[in-house]
Parts: sequence; C-alpha cells; structure tokens
Amino acid sequence: MTNEFRLMPPVASDFAARVDVFYWFMVLMSVFWVVAIGAVVAYFAIRYRRRYRTQRPDEIHGSNRLEAAWTVVPFVLAMMMFFWAAHLFFDYAQAPADAMEILVTGKQWMWRLQHPDGTREINTLHIPVGQPVKLTMTSEDVIHSFYIPAFRVKADVLPGRYTRTWFTPTKTGSFHLFCAEYCGTEHSRMGGFVHVLTPREYDEWLQTASTAGGGAAVARLSPADAGERLFTRLGCVTCHGGAAGALGPSLVGLFGRERELADGTMILADEDYIRQSILYPQRHIAKGYQPVMPSFEGQVNETQLMQLVAYIKSIGSQKIGMD
Amino acid sequence: MSDSDASSPSAAPARNYLNFATTAKSWLLTLDHKRIGLLYLISIAFFFLVGGFGASLVRLELLTPDGNLLSAESYNKMFTMHGVIMIFFFLIPAGPGVLGNFVLPLMIGAKDVAFPRLNLASWYVYMTGASFGVAALILGGVDTGWTFYTPYSSTYANSQVILTGLGAFIAGFASILTGLNFIVTIHKLRAPGLSWFRMPLFVWAMYATSIVVMLGTPVIAITLVLILLERGLGLAIFDPALGGDPVLFQHLFWFYSHPAVYIMILPGFGIISELISCFSRKRIFGYGFVAFSSMAIALIGFFVWGHHMFVSSQSVYAGLIFSFLSFLIAVPTAVKIFNWTATLYKGAIVFRTPMIYALGFLGLFLIGGLTGLFLSSMGLDVHLHDTYFVVAHFHYVMVGGMVMAFLGGLHFWWPKMTGRMYFQGWAIVTAIVIFVGFNLTFFPQFLLGYLGMPRRYHVYPSEFQILHVLSSAGASILGGGFLMLYIYLPLSLFIGRKAPRNPWPATGLEWEVAESPPSPHNFETTPVVTEEAYNYAHKDHAFFEQDIVDILPEEDENV
Ligand code: HEC
Ligand code: HEM
Ligand SMILES: [Cu+2]
Ligand SMILES: [Cu+2]
Repeated sequence: MTNEFRLMPPVASDFAARVDVFYWFMVLMSVFWVVAIGAVVAYFAIRYRRRYRTQRPDEIHGSNRLEAAWTVVPFVLAMMMFFWAAHLFFDYAQAPADAMEILVTGKQWMWRLQHPDGTREINTLHIPVGQPVKLTMTSEDVIHSFYIPAFRVKADVLPGRYTRTWFTPTKTGSFHLFCAEYCGTEHSRMGGFVHVLTPREYDEWLQTASTAGGGAAVARLSPADAGERLFTRLGCVTCHGGAAGALGPSLVGLFGRERELADGTMILADEDYIRQSILYPQRHIAKGYQPVMPSFEGQVNETQLMQLVAYIKSIGSQKIGMD
Repeated sequence: MSDSDASSPSAAPARNYLNFATTAKSWLLTLDHKRIGLLYLISIAFFFLVGGFGASLVRLELLTPDGNLLSAESYNKMFTMHGVIMIFFFLIPAGPGVLGNFVLPLMIGAKDVAFPRLNLASWYVYMTGASFGVAALILGGVDTGWTFYTPYSSTYANSQVILTGLGAFIAGFASILTGLNFIVTIHKLRAPGLSWFRMPLFVWAMYATSIVVMLGTPVIAITLVLILLERGLGLAIFDPALGGDPVLFQHLFWFYSHPAVYIMILPGFGIISELISCFSRKRIFGYGFVAFSSMAIALIGFFVWGHHMFVSSQSVYAGLIFSFLSFLIAVPTAVKIFNWTATLYKGAIVFRTPMIYALGFLGLFLIGGLTGLFLSSMGLDVHLHDTYFVVAHFHYVMVGGMVMAFLGGLHFWWPKMTGRMYFQGWAIVTAIVIFVGFNLTFFPQFLLGYLGMPRRYHVYPSEFQILHVLSSAGASILGGGFLMLYIYLPLSLFIGRKAPRNPWPATGLEWEVAESPPSPHNFETTPVVTEEAYNYAHKDHAFFEQDIVDILPEEDENV
C-alpha cells in the first residue's frame, strides 16, 4: 500500500464510482450555496455598513413571495438529493444472485473470513476482480462495522444476528479494511487489507493458502460440507433426517421459503430464522410439530453456526419436499 | 429594597442584583434567575476547560500515526471524556442554563421565572450530575464514547460506565426543570401587552427548546437506567448473549440524542436573530417565518433519529422515511438562513464583536447544515458514517454554530450581566482567531472522512497524517482563542468601562427598561409593552458604546 498523500480515496468498485458522482454533485451544490450566500452577506455587510451616525435603515419587514421562493427551492433540491441517494442505497442493499459468498465473524479485535471453498483468513481478504462478492457477517461479542473505503461500502456487524453487504471490485490492488464501529480498546487496530487479484492470481492464492495452512484437509472443507458433518455429529440428523416418523421436519427446501408457524403466522426462513431455530428453538415453533427440539446455545460457536446455516442453505436450493 | 435607595444619585453605585448582597450564602441559596444564570456560566466555563483539555490530548495524539503519546485505553477514555463533558455538562446547559436563565425573564418583563426554587434546584441537580461525571473521571474514566453503544457499554466495557451514566441521567433532570420553568414562565409571566407575536425570537427559540427538552430527556433517562440495570443486575435488555437487542439501544439513544442536537442549537438560532437584528438596526426579516421554523424544526427533529442507523441493519424502508424527514428538516433551517441574510439588506450594519460572531455563525452553520445533507443521503452515508466526516459535521454545527452563537450572545449581554464593557479590540481579535482556528481544525476532517479515516481511531495509516497535522495545528490556534476569553472577560469585571443601560442601543425590555446590571427584581414597576419586537425604525441609532465616534461623521457627507 502506498503512503502517498491524496485527497480522494481510490475508486475500486462500481458502487464507489457511482457514489463519487453523487458526492461531487453534493460538493458542487454546497460550494454554490456557500459562495452565493457568502457573497450576498459580504456584499450587504459592506454596502449597508453604517457610514454616519444618524444613518437610518430602510424599513422592510418581510416578503411572502421571497419566503415562498426560499421554501420551495430548497425543498425541490432536497427531494432530488433524497431520491438519488435512496436509489444508490437500494443498489447497496440488494446483492446479485451470482455473488460469491464470504462468511465474516468479527470479534474483539479481529476479522475472521471464510471463502466458499473453506479457505480461511484473518484481517485480510483476497478476492478476484470483477466478481460480485457478498458478505454474511456476525459478531461474537460487541458491534463492529466492516468498512472498505475504496469500495465506499460499510455495514455494521452485530452479535446475535446476520447482516449482509456486497460489492464488485473493479480494480486490482490492496485497499484498507477498517472496523468503523467503536468496539473497545484496540478498535483502531481491527483491520487490515483487501487484496483484489486477477481471477488467475486468486486461484493460485487459494491453492497456496490451503496447502500452507497446515491442517489443509479441515481448512479445505467448504462451509456447507463442514456444516453437513456437524449436522450428523450434533445429532440433528436423527430428528431432521427426513425419515418417516422423525420428530422434526425435513430441512430440505426450507431455506428462502415462507414458513408457517404453530400460531399461524408466516415467517421467512432466512439465515436469521435458522440461526434462531438452532439457538432458541422455543421462539418459533414450526406448524405441525411438537416443541421438543433442544437448544444448542453454548454448544456451537458462531463459525459452526454459520456452517450449519450454510449447509441448510445448500439443501434449501434443492427445492424438493415441502411444496 | 426601598425606592430612595435605588434612585439615589450616582455617587454610590446603584443597588443591583450583584451588589445588594455579596455573601457566599447569598449566591449559593439565591433564587434570582440572574444569579443562577451566572452560577451556570461559571460551571460550564469550568467544564469547557476540562473538555477542552481532553480534546487537546486527542489532537496531540493524532499528530502522529502511531499511538506514542497515550495508550489505546487512555486515548479512548480521553475522547469519551471530551464528548460526554462537552455534550452533557457544557453545551446542553449553555443555552438555557446561562443565557436563557439570565435574559428570558428580563425579555418578557417578568421579575423572575415562574418557579425560582425549582430553578435553583436545577443548578444543584446539574452540579450533582456533573460531580458524578467528575468522580467517574477520577476513578479511572470511561471508554464507551459518549454514545454508550450496547452491548459494549452494558457488558464488555471495563470502566466507569455506571457513574458516568448516572451523571448524564441526573443532569438530564436539571434540563427538564429548566424547560418546565421556561414553558410556564413564557405562558404566565409575560408583561402586559407582550402578545406571543411581540415576543423576541430568543423567547420563541427557548420555548421550542424547552418543549424538546421536556419530551426527549425522559427517554434518554430511561435508556440510561436500562443500561445500568443490565450492567448492574444482568437484566437482559440490550445484550443478545442474554437475549436482548443491541439495536434497540441505538433507537432509544438517538430518539433523544438527535433532538438533543436541537436542544443545543435552537437557543443559538434565537441569539443570532437578536444579534443580526440589533446590529443591522432593522426588524428581523420575516419574523413569523423565523419563529415558526423553530417550532417546525423542534417537531420534525423528533422523527429523524434513524438517520444515524442507515448501516446498522435497519430496514431499508425505515431508512427511507428517516432520510426523507432529514431532508425535510433542512427546509425550515434554510428558511432561517435566508431570513437572516435578508435582514442585512438595506440595514445600517454596525460591526461589534457580537455581530462578528453572528456573521461567523452564518458561514459555519451553513457548512454544518449542508454537510448534514451529505449524511442524510442514504447511499452516501454508507461511506461517510462513523468517519471523520461526521466529526467535522457535528463540530461545524455544535462549535461553529452553537458555540459561536453562545459567544456572540455572551458578549452582547455581558454589559447587562456584569455592568462592565469588555475590551473591544481584544474581543474582535479573539473572535477572528477562533474563526480561523476553527476552520483549520475541522475543515481537513471533511477530507479525512471522505478518504475513509474512521472516527475514534487511536492509530491510523500514515497517508492520513498531513491532514491530521493541519487539524492539530488549527486546534492549537482555536485553543489559544478560547483561552483569551478566559483572560479578558474576567479582567473586564475589574477594569472594564462601566456599561450604560443600553450600550448597543438595542430594543427589548432587558435593554430599554432594566438597568445594567439590573436591580434584584429586574424592574421597579412592571413594564408595559406597546410595540412589536425589533422596532428599530423608531429608535435612536446614533449612540453606540465603544463607538468609533471620530471616524464616523454625524451626517451623511455624500449628500
Ligand atoms: C430432538 C429432536 C431434534 C433435534 C436433535 C434437533 N431438532 Fe431441529 N427441530 C425439531 C423439531 C420438533 C422442530 C419443529 C418445532 C420447532 O420449530 O421447534 C425443529 C425445528 C428446526 C428448524 C426449523 C424448521 C422449520 O421447518 O421451520 C430448524 C432450522 C432446525 N430445527 C435445525 C436443527 C439443527 C441444525 C439441529 C442440530 C444442531 C437440530 N435442529 C436438532 C427437533 C429437533
Ligand atoms: C476546542 C476544540 C475542539 C477540538 C480540537 C475537538 C476535537 C475533537 C476530536 C479530534 C474528536 C474525535 C475523537 C475521536 O473520534 O477519536 C472529537 C470528538 C467529539 N467532540 Fe470535539 N473538539 C473540540 C471542541 C468540541 C466542542 C466545543 C464540543 C461540543 C460542544 C465537542 C464535541 C465532541 C463530541 C461529542 C465528540 C465525539 C466523542 C465521541 O466520539 O465519543 N468538541 N472532538
Ligand atoms: Cu471496532
Ligand atoms: Cu441526528
């Protein structure tokens, strides 16, 4: 990373480019008002300064036409900014379907990241240029915030639930990764770099990263595969294996559907729903089943939870069973 | 107080609220709103110094990229102490507690506020809260930031959260007592003839402020208690590990703390209206619009809190509403700026220190307000949130806006409060030093923020250093400016020229009727108001205290 002085951050995602256009619009608009009002104030201050001691000001009390003008003009301008910025935000809020998913856990004071093939890294993120990347994030303790200025992207990382963000890097290079939400003593050291590589470099990096890691076999397991193993090891499969007469529902095809609960309400079976079902099974009882599932709170850590979720997600797309 | 005393010839100083009793007891148990205002002034002046000390250490540390002055822990405690003190113990009480207390009853022709005992109690409550804050400092400090975000504050932080929280909680009641007092005072104690639309705009602003205080402060009080309960008794409220919701805290916190921004700035709006009108020698342009825009801001201000949470997992649709309302509130704010500017038109503008501050306010607050629009823009706030851009923005509003307005008001009413003139040369130089130092301190922080420098960072990448050095250099100029106030204002009490009743000559009962300093009960007989506020057209404009008489000709020479 270069340490050269600069006034604008690098533009390394397509979102960044679009945010910058809006930013420059806002800057120009602000400069316009500061200069215009400043000039008028300065002109009045000089032109109408008191020049002799018995000078009398003109008696002017107001003007409804002017008041209307300077209510309507700022209002119209403000609405323009509002819609433009909201439009940008919708873009940021919705990840494309083909995005590569990286799992992120924040913890005082480091970031743990996991690639789709199971490769893990800490405080650095390697990604291929041009590939939409989606982050699913949670925290093991306090609130953190995942922030990459070069992408103009940031999202809070909360304990007890999943948050998401995404970006498409458009430029290779190394860019700062920061924690933006104050999280305690070493908050300012909780970060590192995002390395955007060419797709080839990325593949090479994946190779070396997994062999260099020592426990290569474990590291190479994709989150979904690791989740499948847990699913067996923790005994979920005895109740959720899909066998006739099993205590719990089959989880195949569950993810992403509207789920009917015992009290008749509908709920979207997303990552947070699955997470809650594992930690606090009594909160939402699936319709047609007894509340007999034990809580796994304290038995699985955030990484394992993410793997279980990844597994249930992976069998969710199979779209069989529940329809 | 007998009449013969008050009207005795000028040989002996006239009996006034300062000299009629001078014992410590007469100050500490005073029920006089003017004395209570001064008690508040002394207290907040002290806390401004303490908070400024914290800021100095923060800026000194940030001179270099690595943390070589303070440990990470002490750095975090330092900016927290700075923020907590500046917000809860300095700026919130500054408008209402000092200037509100001193001027409001005088402006409306009342002998005092409606509940003088509550008023004294409010100062004691404030001092109690502030003592908790000081105790927290002495006993090791607190490192949560003034925002106390959970679950860090409720479970993880290892510092004096409970004491500090209690301090802010207690100080909140002082605000509530003052707010209550002002609302009743304005409703009940206006002098005969002083209808609502004859009230000076400072009174309108204090009215709006008081409403916000009354509605908002209880919420932060409850929120702080909830943190204390979770931290002290392990009750599950905000920590998800216990089954709570950490984002709930942010909603509750900002439900108060965004309106609190208006508690801080609305009194400033009122002051600026007084100053610009007086020193332009004109009635304020669009009186009704200026008055109602304060009320509109106070109202909408309650519904924009979510603009602090665009990236904290709030639903997109909630975000949309908060963003929309934040843009909406910009409109009445713009209306104020335009009306102040228009007031200058065809005036007879006199440059005295208060006016210098007022013009400085216009420029700085304009920048603060415009950059607020950047932060209300959802797509852009994703990048700017929790960076130095935010730090720059709120300092432009709170220091560039409110502190400038406060200092303008303080110089404006100083002759009334103390009976002495401050030194004009010193004061103007100081105002300019503060203006220059302020911009040098905080403008580079906008650039830092857009570059991506997060706030609350003890160490930072070295490419940010140049801008940080500029900012710290500015801070030393700014600090020097503030220190000059602490020298020449107290000095003027002893060697300043005696102030006449109306040195500016301004309109308003506090200038036209009350003496400088006022008598213990403000007015010998209840004044009767027969005209609108700011009726400058029919006033004498010739005499100005500290006028540059020999430079200004008596008549226009060009005709
Ligand atoms: C003793 C049997 C049992 C075990 C063991 C068990 N569950 Fe369950 N689970 C249930 C039952 C019964 C339900 C339906 C009632 C409810 O919603 O609590 C359920 C519901 C669920 C649901 C919600 C399903 C839906 O269709 O809405 C998920 C997800 C889930 N379990 C995941 C797991 C995972 C992961 C494990 C292993 C860590 C596990 N369960 C272990 C019995 C079990
Ligand atoms: C005298 C000049 C001042 C300087 C140089 C200064 C400097 C700073 C700096 C550098 C920070 C950022 C700390 C960080 O995020 O790491 C900060 C934060 C803050 N300042 Fe100031 N400040 C000054 C005056 C004020 C005043 C007058 C107020 C309020 C009236 C104020 C209110 C705040 C607040 C609320 C914070 C946030 C604290 C936090 O993040 O917890 N500052 N200040
Ligand atoms: Cu952090
Ligand atoms: Cu706000």
